[in-house]
Amino acid sequence: MGRFWSLLFLMVPVLGTAVMVAPMVYQTGMLAGHWLPEDISAYNGHIVDSLFYLILGLTGAIFIATGLVLFAFMWKYDAAKNDEAVKYTHGNHVLEVVWSILPAGTLLFIAIFQMDAWANSKMRRPTLPGPDGVIGTSDDIPKPPMALVTGRQFEWRIQYPGEDGVLQTPDDIYTVNELHVPVGEEVVLQIEAEDVLHSFFLPNLRIKQDVVPGMRQFIWFKPIKTGTYDIVCAELCGWGHYKMRGRLVVDTPAQYKQWLVDTFLEQETTTVRPKEAEE
Amino acid sequence: MSDIPLGTTAPVAVGHAKPSMGVGEFLSTYVFSRDHKVIGIQFLFSTLLWFLVGGLLALGIRWQLAWPWSNMPIIGRMLFSAQGGQISPEFYTMLFTMHATVMIFFVIIPILAGAFGNFLIPLMIGADDMAFPTLNMLSYWFMWPAFICIGLSFFAPGNGAAAGWTSYAPLSAIPEAAPSSGMAQTLWLLGITFVGVSSMMGSVNYLTTIIQMRAPGMTMFRLPLTIWGMFITAILQAFALPVLTAAGFMLLLDRTIGTGFFLPEMATANNAAPTSGGGQPLLWQHLFWFYSHPAVYIMILPAMGMVSDMISCFARKPIFGYKPMVYSMSGIAGLGFIVWGHHMFVSGMNPALGMTFMVSTMMIALPSAVKTFNWLGTLWGGKIHYTTPMLFSIAFVSMFVIGGLSGIFMAATPVDQMIHDTYYIVAHFHYVLFGGTAMGVFGAIYFWFPKMFGRMMNDSWGKVHFFLTFIFLNGTFFTMHVLGAVGFPRRLADPYHYLTFAQLQPINQFMTISAIGMVTSQIIFAINFFYSMFYGPRVGRNPWHANSLEWMAPSPPGHGNFDFQPVVYRGPYEYGSPETDDDYYPQTQPPPEDREASSDEGDH
Ligand code: HEM
Ligand SMILES: [Cu+2]
Ligand SMILES: [Cu+2]
Repeated sequence: MGRFWSLLFLMVPVLGTAVMVAPMVYQTGMLAGHWLPEDISAYNGHIVDSLFYLILGLTGAIFIATGLVLFAFMWKYDAAKNDEAVKYTHGNHVLEVVWSILPAGTLLFIAIFQMDAWANSKMRRPTLPGPDGVIGTSDDIPKPPMALVTGRQFEWRIQYPGEDGVLQTPDDIYTVNELHVPVGEEVVLQIEAEDVLHSFFLPNLRIKQDVVPGMRQFIWFKPIKTGTYDIVCAELCGWGHYKMRGRLVVDTPAQYKQWLVDTFLEQETTTVRPKEAEE
Repeated sequence: MSDIPLGTTAPVAVGHAKPSMGVGEFLSTYVFSRDHKVIGIQFLFSTLLWFLVGGLLALGIRWQLAWPWSNMPIIGRMLFSAQGGQISPEFYTMLFTMHATVMIFFVIIPILAGAFGNFLIPLMIGADDMAFPTLNMLSYWFMWPAFICIGLSFFAPGNGAAAGWTSYAPLSAIPEAAPSSGMAQTLWLLGITFVGVSSMMGSVNYLTTIIQMRAPGMTMFRLPLTIWGMFITAILQAFALPVLTAAGFMLLLDRTIGTGFFLPEMATANNAAPTSGGGQPLLWQHLFWFYSHPAVYIMILPAMGMVSDMISCFARKPIFGYKPMVYSMSGIAGLGFIVWGHHMFVSGMNPALGMTFMVSTMMIALPSAVKTFNWLGTLWGGKIHYTTPMLFSIAFVSMFVIGGLSGIFMAATPVDQMIHDTYYIVAHFHYVLFGGTAMGVFGAIYFWFPKMFGRMMNDSWGKVHFFLTFIFLNGTFFTMHVLGAVGFPRRLADPYHYLTFAQLQPINQFMTISAIGMVTSQIIFAINFFYSMFYGPRVGRNPWHANSLEWMAPSPPGHGNFDFQPVVYRGPYEYGSPETDDDYYPQTQPPPEDREASSDEGDH
């Protein structure tokens, strides 16, 4: 039976690799949409994905290597087949050192390698030139948010500052669950929560940020493809969590301007604003 | 099994089963017993029963993900007659909350520390019982208020707590926030607190016992790795639990008397009256994970120890790198206290702090790697006997590799931004907890069953059980990695109305069918377990020809465990030693006279 069990364990690296590689290579037919979703970001998605692939390569190699070694030992040292005496040993100092240092170095490399990506994605908010008119100098100001997104059970309330560029003024534009942004522009959003935790997740831009009541946070991204994409709530927020779906609509700049105008007009002519309409 | 013949004759040793027994005596022997072995077996039965409950809850989750909003066959009408036999969204949130709660707090933690810790610690160190037998008994009986609280929670409004096993505030702090955030959540908190009290009593006892009551000659570095696992786990419990207990009380106060530890100013949800607040929802996450990250190691270190013992025994070879094994377990435990923030990378915590947690998390994968290499090293050049416990132990190693490696993706902060709160995480912890710990526990049950009950479990049926569980386990959990890569979120009652996830239903149906197969296969285990308890072949003291002390005691051991004073001459892994003709060399066997001087050779 030793043979049988060895082969069973051989299936782990074989089938495991197949299941991970197949959808990566063949993204059609039954496997369509079973891998990283389409990336529509200017940079963030690419960085996240290549880091994902780097780690997949490194861990995949370890996964396959340990799986094959396990199989080989199980096959070779089966008590029913192996007549050699047991290798009476308590370990090997050099081996221990080698197999500690190699993974330690690799892990440290991954750790340091990714820091910049993380800082770009969460710490370096895009800026506008300050009074001196030059970007990249010390008087740069943080880019103001294009919209305020507020999560509440179970919808995303979206508020644009309108003509004056200032939130909480009479010309603000309100929508629910539908966020329009222009393509090719660096978008900054202010995200908040009204009641419990939610998480603002844009799979196609590889962006995720929990929103926390009492905290004001900012996220930024740059979409480079027009179309309609998902806004997913990724943090449990109650019984209706599953239906808290928003749409991210990436417009051409002209469409976007027009949409803002249309929405504002519509809002002025209907008495009921979405804010009161829901629930 | 050819050269490890099972013991055939039954030794005396049926210690406490006397022919006639009054009610009082029965109660003190089997119910309110202070004997560590009885307490261990009580824990084992209770946790296995909860294992069944947790498994059924999981099937409910899987049903909804495969065929959302469709009528559940057979039991659907009974459970949800109001919705025409289909799961409601609030019921779904309850299902995954209670599934995780039951599995973590009522199965994995108490089966490792409570069942195996209790049963094995005194036996393996050569003591007659725990240091504090009464405290030990209380640690079991304090599980009952916990069982009752969680049991009642199912009947409170909302049918059970539903804020996730992590119970993040404010959802868990504002009673009006969800149908089940009221009484059900309060009962959940009380239940968890009682589990904490029980674990705390256990860990104080284990630490004292291991430090104080080892048999003569049993130095720390002659302890089996099982005991090291239990010892380090007890340290983790002792230092991390108070934080969870305090956090639990704070949340209870937020909910009941209007403090605002975890609520910002004017916090409200679902039209509840605003609270005074003044606190921070993230504080709960910090406190919760300060316990619950070490807890994930509490949920695996004892299993790592037990698996090491089984692998060495069935490879008939000393464990490879005993001391590196001990050091890496200690390393995991030490680092385990400074990585909790990896659960909070995208929570709103300062991203710079996230970066430091990222580095420490990367480093914690290192001792895990070292342990894996040493297990492989143990198999190398051995004579492997493919018994049921060995197969489960090898499965532990193979599955733990997958779970450990997927951890590295999540430790990488930018990648975690994509896969946090998706099925990638679900894949990760099921590979370490089910593929790892549960496999280790099954192996341990088959391995120590003869010591517990004096009878053998059926090995062939054990292998059938292993084979089916192993296949279905991978069928259920492996594809979750693929789902995670798509961003498929966890905890969603119906993810298929999203554009990105609509196409993922067939793969979920495959996983559900595997899960049903996995739960069904456990029937084989249950029958084997109960049948063997009464009708299995009787065995002698040492059916596996193992070295550690518990195998020198009668099977099952009577009160006081040993019928002689064990004296320890060497470590527990002297298989294939040239010093003796047998292929094993029990810890208590005196060395040949002329070699006395070099008797502790096995220590390095
Ligand atoms: C190789 C070392 C490991 C690393 C690097 C690692 C890393 C991580 C990270 C970064 C997360 C958070 C992911 C997220 O929520 O975005 C996580 C979650 C988790 N890990 Fe691990 N892990 C390791 C080993 C383990 C082990 C041994 C266990 C249990 C025995 C475990 C159990 C869990 C659980 C239960 C969660 C999810 C909790 C939840 O959100 O519900 N991990 N791990
Ligand atoms: Cu939500
Ligand atoms: Cu953790």
